[in-house]
Amino acid sequence: MVVAPPQSRGPSRDTGAEADVLRVANLGVRLDHVPILEDVSFHVRRGTTLAIVGPNGAGKTTLFRVLLGLVPHTGTVEWSGPVRIGYVPQNFVVTDVPITVRDFLGFKSGAGFEESLAAVGLGGAVLPKRLDVLSGGEMQRVLIAWAVLDRPNVLLFDEPTAMVDIGSQDMLYESLNRLEKNINITVFLITHDIHIVSQYSDAVLALNRTVRFFGASSRLSEPDLLMEIFGSGSGLAEHKHDFGARGLR
Amino acid sequence: MTESVAYSLVAGIFVGFAAGYVGSLMVLKRMALVGDALSHVALPGLALGILLNFNPFLGAFAFLFAAAILTWYIEKTTRLFPESIVGVLFVTALAVGILITPEVDLLEALFGDITTVTLVDALLAVGISVPIVVVSRLVYRRVVLSILSEELARSTGVNVALVNFVYLFLVTVVVAVGIKIVGTVLVGALVVVPAAAVKNVSRSLSSYALFSGLTGIASAGSGILLADYLHLPAGPLVVTVGTAIFAVALVAGWIASRSSSSASGP
Repeated sequence: MVVAPPQSRGPSRDTGAEADVLRVANLGVRLDHVPILEDVSFHVRRGTTLAIVGPNGAGKTTLFRVLLGLVPHTGTVEWSGPVRIGYVPQNFVVTDVPITVRDFLGFKSGAGFEESLAAVGLGGAVLPKRLDVLSGGEMQRVLIAWAVLDRPNVLLFDEPTAMVDIGSQDMLYESLNRLEKNINITVFLITHDIHIVSQYSDAVLALNRTVRFFGASSRLSEPDLLMEIFGSGSGLAEHKHDFGARGLR
Repeated sequence: MTESVAYSLVAGIFVGFAAGYVGSLMVLKRMALVGDALSHVALPGLALGILLNFNPFLGAFAFLFAAAILTWYIEKTTRLFPESIVGVLFVTALAVGILITPEVDLLEALFGDITTVTLVDALLAVGISVPIVVVSRLVYRRVVLSILSEELARSTGVNVALVNFVYLFLVTVVVAVGIKIVGTVLVGALVVVPAAAVKNVSRSLSSYALFSGLTGIASAGSGILLADYLHLPAGPLVVTVGTAIFAVALVAGWIASRSSSSASGP
């Protein structure tokens, strides 16, 4: 395991342990007596983005399920202060259900639809559309609008662009960028895209049942470290994104 | 129109709406055939009611409720899909029910009989259907959200196991009250056909739920009136009317999708 405490790339808002929104220590999860996560420890500073990477079956989604309080576990998961979590699940596919965007957002809140949709670059015109006619990019942005509808201070994204083409990914991350500017939130992002990790996140947690690396995402530019963490078959993809000269942050 | 047919009509209208409304969730959960098979488990309960001289509705409800609890518990604690459980247990219940139901009552139990519906039956149907719709409306969004994504539902605080239990309970009750009108063999269709008919032409969830209920009323009401006019069993006519509405909706949906795709084409 390689552990190097990450530093926020943005302006420092707080210092010390008080700035952590989450501290996880010695976390363990077993499903049907099979260890899924073992001795996982990390911490996340408020207002930063933690990218979670690792091969399929590494326990990334299980970690999210723990953070959502859905899975029994050992060890400690300690949130600092009250948290409202917005969650965007992996592989959310709606087929053959007569449900509109308005219906879907209405499950969570009675108002504020236009504001949430505007935050992800969608207009109110999408409200009467059925979910099963939306494109992959529109669907993901509706999910993000859903996640931010009740003004969360923590967002969990499980591979938000897994089902989206490259062009729509750019739009999606621009939407995320707008959200981060407008709301001071902490983002947890599961991704296989090393480009997103290096450009978008402050810290990275590499999992493969145990912690393989936890530290500043800027260190992933070191080829030796990449090899040490992931080996030759890193399980990471590199996509070309045009985020403009400023990048995402 | 005799008194019993009038009572049937009242019961049919209320049960038809409740069955269509609850059935709209059943179709979304892809449990259409489960609902059909579940209804068969009522037969031994009906038979016991007839044999031991208590209200057959109570016997049917008790057996359906036990079956629903069993389905819910096995689904919750094992990795079996509901149709596997239903396939094994409930068809056996149908066989046992046929063996122990007195022959003279078997036809009524299987296909219903509107000529024997009493004022008490009608009041029971109204008194049960209204709360079914009210409770269904209360849990509707939570059930749909858990269908879309169990994790998403749980992340917003939905108790998915409890919601599934309430939903199965509603199915149980609506099937039990529907048996008097259309019988154990066809009550599954009363629940499923209206929702299947309107699903593809619905533009939103609320219109889908509402029109499923209204189609249930149209099927049950028209079927009972036709049964009285033609002197035929109501159950098969209720289902036949529902299927006719399903066919019309299917064609309407097909025409609508063709015209929208040609409008958005090059």
